[in-house]
Amino acid sequence: MFESLDATILARVQFAFTVMFHIIFPAFSIGLASFLFVLEVQWLRTGNRVYLNLFKFWMKIFAVAFGMGVVSGIVMSYQFGTNWSVFSDKAGPIIGPLMAYEVLTAFFLEAGFLGVMLFGMERVSRKLHLFATGMVALGTLISATWILSVNSWMQTPAGYSINEVGQFIPENWFEIVFNPSFPYRLVHMTLAAYLTTAFVVGAVGAFHLLRDRANAEARKMFSMAMWMAAIVAPIQIFAGDMHGINTLEHQPIKVAAMEGHWERQTGAPLILFGIPDQEAEENHFEIGIPGLSALILTHHWDGETPGLTDVPADQRPPVVIVFWSFRIMVGIGLAMAALGAISLFLRWRGKFYENSLFHKAALVMGPSGFIAVLAGWVTTEVGRQPFTVYGLLTTGESIAPVAAPAVAASLIAFVIVYFAIFGAGTLYILRLMRAGPAQAEEQHGKPIRSAGTTPAAGLDPKAFPAE
Amino acid sequence: MIGLPEIWAGLLALAIFIYIVLDGFDLGVGLSFPFLKTDQDRNVAMNSVAPVWDGNETWLILGGGGLFAAFPLAYSIVMPALYAPFIAMILALVFRGVAFEYRWRDVAHQKIWDRAFFFGSLLATFSQGVVLGAFVQGIEVEGRAYAGGWFDWFTPFSLACGVALTAGYGLLGSTWLVMKTEGELRDQAYRLARLAALATLGFIGLVSLWTPFLSPDIAERWFTFPRLLYVLPVPTLTALAAAILLWGLWSKKDWAPFPSAIALFGLCFGGLGIGIAPYVVPRAITIREAAAPDSSLMFMLVGALILLPMILAYTAYAYWVFRGKVDPAEGYH
Ligand code: HDD
Ligand code: HEM
Ligand code: HEM
Repeated sequence: MFESLDATILARVQFAFTVMFHIIFPAFSIGLASFLFVLEVQWLRTGNRVYLNLFKFWMKIFAVAFGMGVVSGIVMSYQFGTNWSVFSDKAGPIIGPLMAYEVLTAFFLEAGFLGVMLFGMERVSRKLHLFATGMVALGTLISATWILSVNSWMQTPAGYSINEVGQFIPENWFEIVFNPSFPYRLVHMTLAAYLTTAFVVGAVGAFHLLRDRANAEARKMFSMAMWMAAIVAPIQIFAGDMHGINTLEHQPIKVAAMEGHWERQTGAPLILFGIPDQEAEENHFEIGIPGLSALILTHHWDGETPGLTDVPADQRPPVVIVFWSFRIMVGIGLAMAALGAISLFLRWRGKFYENSLFHKAALVMGPSGFIAVLAGWVTTEVGRQPFTVYGLLTTGESIAPVAAPAVAASLIAFVIVYFAIFGAGTLYILRLMRAGPAQAEEQHGKPIRSAGTTPAAGLDPKAFPAE
Repeated sequence: MIGLPEIWAGLLALAIFIYIVLDGFDLGVGLSFPFLKTDQDRNVAMNSVAPVWDGNETWLILGGGGLFAAFPLAYSIVMPALYAPFIAMILALVFRGVAFEYRWRDVAHQKIWDRAFFFGSLLATFSQGVVLGAFVQGIEVEGRAYAGGWFDWFTPFSLACGVALTAGYGLLGSTWLVMKTEGELRDQAYRLARLAALATLGFIGLVSLWTPFLSPDIAERWFTFPRLLYVLPVPTLTALAAAILLWGLWSKKDWAPFPSAIALFGLCFGGLGIGIAPYVVPRAITIREAAAPDSSLMFMLVGALILLPMILAYTAYAYWVFRGKVDPAEGYH
């Protein structure tokens, strides 16, 4: 069964599968950690219990999501060695230290204060608890910073030399960390995480508003989320545009694949629809707007843009995937900005909490951030094929001396375990979301044991409405 | 000569040792699960490690990541060589890690997640022992890559090490429970700890006798004069730690067994170091050969020297916040 599948393909599938699962959780928990911090600050500042209820509610969800992020991340860090050992040997001297800094500055910080944040509400002062929440949020951001520096270095390598055994040797750490695509990727990914969280929070708010418009917690979170959408989505589109222009400079072939341009040309059209054909080197059923792509990428109607045929066929990425994943991301970005704009309009008309069509739209848009994040990463990673270190080390050369059956067996194990474990986790998160923060209100008057439900309350069947 | 590679070898050894002790006790708590009598006992046992387990496991990431960063060649040889046990370990850690949250989120299926917690802990522990055994026993290398087969790691010695580590983590876990709990639960922990202590001491003896036979090189390190004089303190102190452990367990001094179990681990770990240095892949690749260039090691060292004390400080603080015996009435977040 596996004769046609060599170890490289299997290892790539395994990497793509595990990293795509992993990124789902950080994309959510980076935003959620910051959101929790804001909620706690607001609670301490205003004394308004709505903020506390929201804090406790989202903290329970955070705990589940974070746990899944941690365990899927551990898989990632070992996979470099098990499946990509040649890559590890060669690029280790450069990306190893960056990842070691991630552990030292971010993972320990998150993990160290997570316990205090989740379990310490009764044991430490309010200020210290807020500090712990802040450290967890900071840790998630620092984590993203380092890992994106690593990834960006692989996309746009800088500050290195190559030694006699073919290893990349650091020459200038500043250039390595702040390599050309890093600032753009960091900004774009951080905004992506915030947007993803905002749309999830917004959807949960909308869901409970649709049940009960007077629900104070639902109103508050919905409003907060929609402010984020209205402000951050346009910024994200701008940041994405800058990111693309930077990519044009450093990875022109990736941009040609994203745009679906086969020929180097002036005044290139923006292709809205088309089915790229890798063999024939053309698009079928192409629909485009003349000159617009040139305008976006070069800021001139008649600017020159690269084409895939600039390089030999074996150095081109799989165009269909890159082309479509890019369109999915951009489409979602535009839809997010549109929802944000509508929210401003409805606020102005005083219909923000009344318009149930709008609430339904926000509910549907709930998972859109995840889809955009995955589509964005697929664009980025597939677009740089066939290289792991762009232009220098091919994916085929990076593979470990592993046999296909070993990789196949582990891949199957990962698929089964991930769907079971993360499927269950997602189900639990959805249940918590459906139950909503109103529960926390029931605790009015009763002494608060700790931040959230006690095991006794956890055993309360009401906490888990029947399916 | 002590240079950057040796400093990093020392730091990594320290990180791995901290990992073994810290995650050792929380994996050990997982191992105790089927032996605890009531749900309430399991709740308390779980709560005794829930606030700190994530920090404990981060040392594993530092161990793996540090090996990758400081000795990329060793990392790229050891990982494919021990492919199956490493994959088994990380999958097991997935099960165990999510169980902390899931068992509260799905009370109807708490039994399932408790089982996931136990089997995850068991498989992770056993795999780590196998990794250790296979590593000590040696890895076949050609050029810059692993040259052996897919099941080279699978030997009686590595399997024995798997069982030995299971007993050892069981000891750490049960002595932790002795220290952190009260009443009936503590009595159960004492019974488990006594069994685990005897098993662990037996395995220490077995593995210590077995290791020198794996290669004449190891035997030479231990049994030739005058080296014998330098290494003699290791078995002597081990006997002392074992005596304190047994005394603590049989005369019920709650505070004594856990530290003496840690001391036992420390001595075994030191003994292992004597058997391995100056290699990072035993008898194939030395610390110097595998080391990343000085520019990488220096860049990390600056950070590590500033950050490690901070990490130790706030980790200690987190343990301090949750000090003392666990209050059975105190709930989950
Ligand atoms: C909520 C998520 C989200 C949204 C709405 C957008 N993006 Fe994005 N995009 C990402 C999330 C993302 C990402 C997951 O964060 C990526 C993957 C790798 C990276 O650096 O960021 C990404 C990559 C990425 C790249 C690839 C850069 C490279 O590989 O070098 C480009 C050109 C853009 N984006 C452009 C845009 C534009 C023009 C958008 C607006 C219409 C847009 N993105 C919306
Ligand atoms: C978390 C978000 C990410 C996603 C969703 C993602 C997605 C992918 C995908 C789909 C591939 C397969 C490409 C192909 O084979 O055609 C891939 C490959 C790869 N990515 Fe990423 N990636 C992410 C982040 C990263 C980061 C942060 C790094 C570096 C530290 C990284 C390193 C790699 C490597 C080494 C490969 C090699 C395998 C290959 O090129 O096929 N990725 N990734
Ligand atoms: C191949 C690439 C990656 C590797 C090897 C990796 C590794 C890890 C590891 C080992 C953990 C667990 C840390 C702990 O115990 O606390 C983790 C968690 C995390 N990772 Fe990744 N990661 C990768 C990609 C990414 C990307 C692309 C991002 C975001 C931009 C990211 C952000 C995070 C965050 C925020 C956490 C904390 C846990 C959570 O939020 O769910 N990682 N990662």
